[in-house]
Amino acid sequence: MKDKFDTIGKSIRKIDSLGLATGEEKFTDDFDFPGKQNLLHLAILYSPHPFAIIEKIDTTDAEKMDGVVDILHYGNTSRVLYTSAGQGYPEPSPYDMVLFDKKVRFVGDRVAMVAAETPHVARAALEKIYVEYRQLEPLFDMEKALNPDAPKIHNDDEYMPIPSVYDISKNLAAEVRINFGDLEKGFSDADFIIENTYSVQYANHCVNEPHSAIAYFDERGRLIIISATQVPFHARRITSKLVGLPIGKIRVIKPRIGGGFGAKQEVLLEPLVALVAIRNKRPARLVLSREEVFVSSRTRHPMRVKLKTGVKNDGTIVALDMDALMNAGAYGSHALTVLANAGSKVLPLFNKIENINFVGRTVYTNLPVGGAYRGYGATQGYAALNQQIDIIARKLGIDVLEYIKKWRIGEGETSPVFEALGEGKEGVKQFINSCKLDECIDRGAKAIGWYEKRDKRIRNGDKVRGVGVAVAMQGSGIPRVDMASAYIKMNEDGSFNLHIGATDIGTGSDTILAQIAGEVLTVPVDKFIVRSSDTDLTPFDVGAYASSTTYVSGNAVRICAQKIATQIISVAQKLLDCDEENLILDNGMVRNIETDESITFERIGYYAFYEQDQFQIQAGASYYGTESPPPFIAQFAEVEVDTRTGQVKVIKFVSAVDCGKAMNPKLAEGQVEGATLNGISYALWEDYKFDDRGRMLNSNYSDYKIFSAADLPDMETIIVESYEETGPFGAKSVAEIGINGPIPAIANAIYDAVQVRLFHSPFTPEKVLEKIQNKK
Amino acid sequence: MNGTFIINGNSRNFTFPSDATLLQVLRENGYSEVKEGCNQGECGACLILLDDELVNSCQVLAGSAIGHKITTIKGIGDIHNPHIIQDAFVESGAVQCGFCTPGMVMATYYLLQKNPMPDDNEIKLALSGNLCRCTGYVKIIQAVKLAAERIRNEG
Ligand code: FES
Ligand code: FES
Repeated sequence: MKDKFDTIGKSIRKIDSLGLATGEEKFTDDFDFPGKQNLLHLAILYSPHPFAIIEKIDTTDAEKMDGVVDILHYGNTSRVLYTSAGQGYPEPSPYDMVLFDKKVRFVGDRVAMVAAETPHVARAALEKIYVEYRQLEPLFDMEKALNPDAPKIHNDDEYMPIPSVYDISKNLAAEVRINFGDLEKGFSDADFIIENTYSVQYANHCVNEPHSAIAYFDERGRLIIISATQVPFHARRITSKLVGLPIGKIRVIKPRIGGGFGAKQEVLLEPLVALVAIRNKRPARLVLSREEVFVSSRTRHPMRVKLKTGVKNDGTIVALDMDALMNAGAYGSHALTVLANAGSKVLPLFNKIENINFVGRTVYTNLPVGGAYRGYGATQGYAALNQQIDIIARKLGIDVLEYIKKWRIGEGETSPVFEALGEGKEGVKQFINSCKLDECIDRGAKAIGWYEKRDKRIRNGDKVRGVGVAVAMQGSGIPRVDMASAYIKMNEDGSFNLHIGATDIGTGSDTILAQIAGEVLTVPVDKFIVRSSDTDLTPFDVGAYASSTTYVSGNAVRICAQKIATQIISVAQKLLDCDEENLILDNGMVRNIETDESITFERIGYYAFYEQDQFQIQAGASYYGTESPPPFIAQFAEVEVDTRTGQVKVIKFVSAVDCGKAMNPKLAEGQVEGATLNGISYALWEDYKFDDRGRMLNSNYSDYKIFSAADLPDMETIIVESYEETGPFGAKSVAEIGINGPIPAIANAIYDAVQVRLFHSPFTPEKVLEKIQNKK
Repeated sequence: MNGTFIINGNSRNFTFPSDATLLQVLRENGYSEVKEGCNQGECGACLILLDDELVNSCQVLAGSAIGHKITTIKGIGDIHNPHIIQDAFVESGAVQCGFCTPGMVMATYYLLQKNPMPDDNEIKLALSGNLCRCTGYVKIIQAVKLAAERIRNEG
């Protein structure tokens, strides 16, 4: 383990941040591109019905309008089944959608799309498209989806591209089962059994930049797509298949993107702009409105979790039975993998449980479509488990912090769940190399004032305070699935081009990956010219998801930089005429440790380019992770509950996280802070409201409230460093984990304050008040 | 419609439909530093100064701004010569995706002109019309404080 770093561990300024703060950096819709004056503007017609067959679609009047150029619908586009989930190939998500279908499955499903000379004409033309629908009986209640008489949402030709349970005759989009030990025996050995049902709700990512994509042709007739995507390479592959253009004829460029959080791990707009561009040989642009983002993009999957635990009086959990039911909405994007993560990222945390049964099912309904969302199943699973643990500890009469410390997974330990449950296939056996969860708990407890406040019910008039805790782990990439790669070349002045497929979605990965390369090559970040996420110019990377970038892409960069270091040394050896073993990189030079003689990278660069045995110092490297070391977090909420109104206010929120070595502490804290506030906002406010026809009623920010600065509680983030041997310079992931704790920590704090259990988020004043009144 | 605007000190003449918002007109004419996050006056991504008032440009008809002074984020500093506020955002780690940043910086600029020494609550209130999903606002508030301090020290 290296403990002294030059670049790693420093809060280097994010390399794109000044350009962003001065408005120079460009997002998708900010670009000028060839033929822009010839641009086609797109508008989409959405289904007003939750479930219907399109009997007839008449576009004659719309076509006659001045400025309407093309109208796409099921009648004039080909029916290619796919999934919009931007995952590796074959995607572990059902192929259950087509670009334009004859059947619509939720209010907000695509019916037709107009391409026109102006946005105004495109929108006006939507009104002139006449659609005759035959309405079908919709299905809204996920609990009823598996009933034999429930409406069947999908057709017979839809299928799962990987071996996995998929049964459209039951509306079953995915099923996962694991079983260890003897559950019945476990329960019979228990001194007491706790059984509860929890649920979490729909939510939107609320990316600040709405989904956007542009397609145009370059001077050689290749299709260029600029897109706000987390997955440029998957977007290229999936678009290629849908529009019938070879992968080699498409280039996807990801510019700056205005937030992802999973929302842009979906291939939503790229095929649409591509198709219009190809059909009309003109550029096309599509930017969703805020309402479209809410209704027709992707959401957090709602989940209901039944959790039954058998516990002995000494605290041993002898049996755990978890039944998770997840609502996919109308299409099964990420339906299997989010579900699996509710088990695989959650159950191993308490790894001493010998008898476990996990049954997860994802079902279709006629509601908006779920997708990847920061936390990705772990958020749903931990909401339940952390409340259950709090209940168990209280029942045992011991401090929940001590309980967690006693039963949590630790260094050198494993869990059979790692091996049994992967993402779309079996998992990978792994041992925990680094875990500082106890320290996270201790430092977080101190920061929140746990022992002064827990069980004290400090009262001020109608308002009572309480504190609660939640713990979680996540992963660092998907083991044996995710691959990332990097390419580096050296210029003669000792600067480097770093090309990475990795996708910086605001997280700062361009900066962090340059820090990693800089650490290896002993030069500062400003020696790197970073180019990322351009399918023509950068090598492959799966993209920004599964908390993979720092760990998986970071390892690729580290290996690549080491190859460059070797080449630099081999040139230096010729120049210094000495043993290679004596040469090390030091501060942008190569130094002979015996003679202390050194030469600059610049000297080496000129020599390699112009003097002898000329060659380009360059290397590429890939990394394919075989482990996914989890980061750990302990999160503490202090709330104030107004017993008269039911209003819950978060007073203070502390997150203490073990993310391995923090590559850039400020950026790491920023990840935790953003995820945490998103989680608090979700716990208290965010939800989709529907009318009885499945229409979303609150598709704007005044009705769907998210936290603003004015609502911000006192937030404290503590980085508890560990060192992950398999990570680049000790790193693990940090981007998702912070969103897992707020729901259960707040629920547990509410209980601490007023002794009522809120099993179903969001914790609105109405729900809290009702519980308080029922208790009286 | 046709009209002249004084944008970041330059006089510019545009033709636009009468129902066009100021945001549309600005973005269509190259001022892509003004962002559109909601077009409903609810996210603050499109904030600019209209004369000396802070406005959501998506809520202003372009026609009503003819002849007026408009300041965007590029009008207060650029990459070679950033404003103290822009620099403070960078240094504090307050810029993640950066989509909210132009609006945040304009709101901060406006605040610090009115109140050079805001406390936490005043900062939070001043930024309450600017949504940011990335940062949790913590580092943005730190950035505003840092900028305020530096501006005070300079003046
Ligand atoms: S775009 Fe103007 S306030 Fe959101
Ligand atoms: S930095 Fe992304 S929305 Fe604020």
